[in-house]
Amino acid sequence: MVPLAYYLVLSAVLFSVGMTGVLVRRNALIVFMSIELMLNSVNLTFVALSRSLSSIDGQLAVFFTIVVAGVEVVVGLAIIVEIFRSRASVNVDDVDLLRG
Amino acid sequence: MELILFIPAAALALAGAVGVIASRRAIHSALSLLLVLSALAVLYLLLEAQFIAVLQVIIYAGAIVVLFLFVIMLLHMATGEPTVGGLRAQRAAAVVVGALFLAGLLVVLVRPQTAAVLVVGPGPAFGTAEAVGRALFTRFLLPFELASVILLVGIIAAVTLGKARPPEGRGVS
Repeated sequence: MVPLAYYLVLSAVLFSVGMTGVLVRRNALIVFMSIELMLNSVNLTFVALSRSLSSIDGQLAVFFTIVVAGVEVVVGLAIIVEIFRSRASVNVDDVDLLRG
Repeated sequence: MELILFIPAAALALAGAVGVIASRRAIHSALSLLLVLSALAVLYLLLEAQFIAVLQVIIYAGAIVVLFLFVIMLLHMATGEPTVGGLRAQRAAAVVVGALFLAGLLVVLVRPQTAAVLVVGPGPAFGTAEAVGRALFTRFLLPFELASVILLVGIIAAVTLGKARPPEGRGVS
């Protein structure tokens, strides 16, 4: 039996790594993958708590997270491709049109 | 006994996570992401969430990572990226912020209640497609229908964004 805390700590570490990735990397695609990492770490928390509380609701939340993550990836990657078409770059620092 | 499976899967997930943010080339990041997703699928199986584990492999590892790979192939980006970002000390600051955030999360998550051993799942039928489907079509029917609307919006958005522009619209930049 694995204590619940192990899963929670693993998921906290994965989330922090993903957050650091968003802050460090400038490549929009890798920023995107870091966001996926954070979504997945939260999914792990949901599933772990779902089992420890013997409630199926956590797994339903994961189901909807996966749906939203799929849509997010499709739309986000379409936007990245569009940015690449107009600027020939996927560096997030190059997209500063809204900067004052 | 579960620890025998948990520790390698957790180690692989962590290694993959570091690989995602530390790889120079986007393709290596995508493959590291695949490693994380597969390791998490193993953990879901350990947690008696068979249906979620299968979804994880089919949708995340199967569809989303492939989409990432297609986009990387389409853009065939130059390797690496400029090491100096907008802010000079951004990398160090980001690592410090990440470590502080992790410390905060651990303070919240590691408590006597969570350190207790996981209870055994409520039975062999927990987390099967049947159990999840039953909840999905009774108590979660409205969110389920809304999910189909979100998917439709996503499809329309992707088609609109990905459509080739007419020539006269090109000059605007």
